[in-house]
Amino acid sequence: MDALTDLESRSIHILREAHASFKELCMLWSIGKDSTVLLWLARRAFFGHVPFPLVHIDTSFKIPEMIAYRDRLAAEWKLNIVYGENRGALDAKQTFPDGNVDRTTCCRLLKTKALMQTLSGEGPRFRFDHTSGRYEHEKDPAPYTGVIVGVRSDEEGSRSKERYFSPRSREGTWEVTEQPPELWEQYKLDFRPGTHVRVHPLLDWTETNIWEYIGREKIPTVPLYYDHGTGQRYRSLGCGPCTAPVESRASNVAEILVELRTGKFANIAERSGRAQDTDDSAGLESLRLEGYM
Amino acid sequence: MLANAPEGLLRVDRDRMYIVVVGHVDHGKSTLVGRLLADTCSLPDGKLDKVRALCRRTGHPFEYAFLLDALKDEQSQGITIDVARVFFKTPLRDYVIIDAPGHNEFLRNMVTGAARAQAALLVIDAAEGVRENSRRHATMLSLLGIDQVAVVVNKMDLVSWSEKTFRAIETDYRAFLQRLGVHAPYFVPVSGREGDFVVRRTSHAAWYDGPTVVEVIDSFTPAKPKTARPFRMPVQDVYRFTGHTGGADDRRIVAGTVVSGRISVGDEIAFLPSGKRSHVRSIEEFAHAPSPSIEAGRPAGLTLTEHIYVARGELATRAGDAPPTVSTRLRASVFWLGKTPLTPGKDYLLRLGTARVPMRVERIDSVMDASTLERATSTERERGRETVERNEVADCTLLLARPVACDVTEVLETSRFVIVDDYEIRGGGIVREAFAEHETGIGDSRPRGSVVWLTGLSGAGKTTVARAVVAKLEAQGRRVEFLDGDELRFAMPTGFSREERDAHVRRVAFLASRLEHHGVTVVVALISPYRSSRGHARSICRRFSEVYVSTSLEVCERRDVKGLYARARAGLLTQFTGVDDPYEVPEAPEIDLDTSHSTVEEAADAVLRQLGAQEA
Repeated sequence: MDALTDLESRSIHILREAHASFKELCMLWSIGKDSTVLLWLARRAFFGHVPFPLVHIDTSFKIPEMIAYRDRLAAEWKLNIVYGENRGALDAKQTFPDGNVDRTTCCRLLKTKALMQTLSGEGPRFRFDHTSGRYEHEKDPAPYTGVIVGVRSDEEGSRSKERYFSPRSREGTWEVTEQPPELWEQYKLDFRPGTHVRVHPLLDWTETNIWEYIGREKIPTVPLYYDHGTGQRYRSLGCGPCTAPVESRASNVAEILVELRTGKFANIAERSGRAQDTDDSAGLESLRLEGYM
Repeated sequence: MLANAPEGLLRVDRDRMYIVVVGHVDHGKSTLVGRLLADTCSLPDGKLDKVRALCRRTGHPFEYAFLLDALKDEQSQGITIDVARVFFKTPLRDYVIIDAPGHNEFLRNMVTGAARAQAALLVIDAAEGVRENSRRHATMLSLLGIDQVAVVVNKMDLVSWSEKTFRAIETDYRAFLQRLGVHAPYFVPVSGREGDFVVRRTSHAAWYDGPTVVEVIDSFTPAKPKTARPFRMPVQDVYRFTGHTGGADDRRIVAGTVVSGRISVGDEIAFLPSGKRSHVRSIEEFAHAPSPSIEAGRPAGLTLTEHIYVARGELATRAGDAPPTVSTRLRASVFWLGKTPLTPGKDYLLRLGTARVPMRVERIDSVMDASTLERATSTERERGRETVERNEVADCTLLLARPVACDVTEVLETSRFVIVDDYEIRGGGIVREAFAEHETGIGDSRPRGSVVWLTGLSGAGKTTVARAVVAKLEAQGRRVEFLDGDELRFAMPTGFSREERDAHVRRVAFLASRLEHHGVTVVVALISPYRSSRGHARSICRRFSEVYVSTSLEVCERRDVKGLYARARAGLLTQFTGVDDPYEVPEAPEIDLDTSHSTVEEAADAVLRQLGAQEA
């Protein structure tokens, strides 16, 4: 078995363990390439179905093409999709683009806090209605106890320390020095009431593996990843104001792979275009300890 | 860059290998891995400079370990707390290096990292020599089934590259590894800090002509394919996505990952422990062409020709392959990671494959000090070693509440298990011996025993209902044994203290379990007032039905057939259940019978229905 097939097999096994073990399970879909691979893996694992809702956190600053792509796939693949947002912070203009807070605080409010509220059901959830084609306000949302997330070990230091099944406290915090053991294919499936778990099926994938898989499976991805003649493309997607495109002429998956393996990005960190990581050396770790993905 | 890239790097289907780095705390594991990354140019541009700048700012001297110890706590304490996965490649293949902590407190993290690995590097500090965790980690590797090991003798610069020191460590440690049955072909002298013999060969050890660390890891061989072994697939789930988004779908798909062997469309398949059989109708796929067979390592989805009920926890096997053992009693090597010790008699959960079964330790056969390989003798245990402490390894006999299907030597994946205590995985182990059940469920027509356990207050009607049940079972031609409380007390006299009652119930439970084992349906009528002793009975019997005869105290006292309540109220009898001794009501009995609301006939029929349902 080749390495990519082995990665796929292990990820599918993890998705099925999660589905069998957690009643209130959801999967975060950031619209980026990693969580879209995760979505594809779920369809592979469950034979064309995605038996849990996909949750998208809308900061309202996402690049518009991302939202268009999200809604197109939601309709085409008949996905059960909900989005959540931190309306309070948006209305009060407590955002970095409004100039009122720094980047890290903006992430904390529009992503971490919005996510926590959406997962717990305290914040609003809007569910895609396949008949009307619109998002409808969800009544009486139940808290999710299992959350599938597409983080990878090679992205950044603290992510290299994650477990496949990682317990979080009620507040969503990560007790990083107290992680439970994981042996063979036996993951943590038993949880004290009030805690929840994050499931990380892509931990062993690298950025190169993701693109190899997208190429092999022909998974549709957001056009922003490819150069359309301007000599620029996005390598990592986030909010418009904090994510910069890179100089690249790669216009398809094969060209991206050449760049990653041996070309200009072979030794450049993927998230180097993401501004919030550079604020302080452990910026992302701090955010993650509080519940950021 | 493209033109100069080594040929192998451009191959798409590159192999990947997982290697764990273990050893005693401070022997330089993270430094070695950091150096490996830096010298194979596997770090992102600027990463080294960034860490150097951080060190300058915080006043720490630069260490390669900081490339791995990414958490704030780790950098401030200068130790690795949790495993890190890092990626690097050689022209031969891709690697995931798992950097494990050496501190004893984080052994669970070391085990987590090592459980994933195909090979290991054991790091020993040349100046300190072989230490406690150098040995303990090697013991854990052998238990985890990692048989490719190389030893890296680090910090050779601190001992002036002395060959004598190196050889002394090699001789000492080689002898230890031999006792474990671990084969380590290479011992490599290195300096992680200076970079000698990690990637680069230097002039510091003219006496050494063996491989560098990077050459050693390229010499490891990938795991052999497991397709030639018996087919095993722990059932993860059975899917029926009717009415789901994505359209109507009436397929009933048995899902699981094939852990060994292969299965093809048309093959006969047997699920254990239930013994149910069917044939594979199709192997389902999404977005790929369906395939006629599927093999070890792949997630499968099978549809069957017969409509049978199977659920998560069963093991799918292939008729014709060597069958696994179905057992409720296992002898196993166990390593324990929990803060509170592993204690016989306490309730745990065993997880093997996808099966989850309540478990108890029947006895601890021997406890081994993982760092000396010394086994505690039985006399030592008699002096009070009745538990397995954190980070110890022991041979234990485990009793399961329900049978599981497992393998002993044939298939590693279905012989290893974890033990859950209080929501957490706190131990793991490997089955060394599985005591066979009489009935494997396949081709065995022997009658299956079961235990019906009637509990309730004195005078509740246990004996009356039990006799009616026995008569009905005998009429069906079954082999039945009736164990009645009064008769048992006559045959095995005992007192009424909590300890004596508990011991009495355990004796009766044992007797019932032995009879059940031989295919007898055992009907027990016993006050058995304590939840814990009834739980024990349930844990050692295979098919156990708890029948709570819930007739109220008022009704029992009014009946007072034996005149016992009157005597107890008069103070002539003490420790009388319901009067001055507690009765702990069953939390989840199979049946709840109130004899003040039903006839004996109705009550007996309810019990027979339960037995019928259990057998279906």
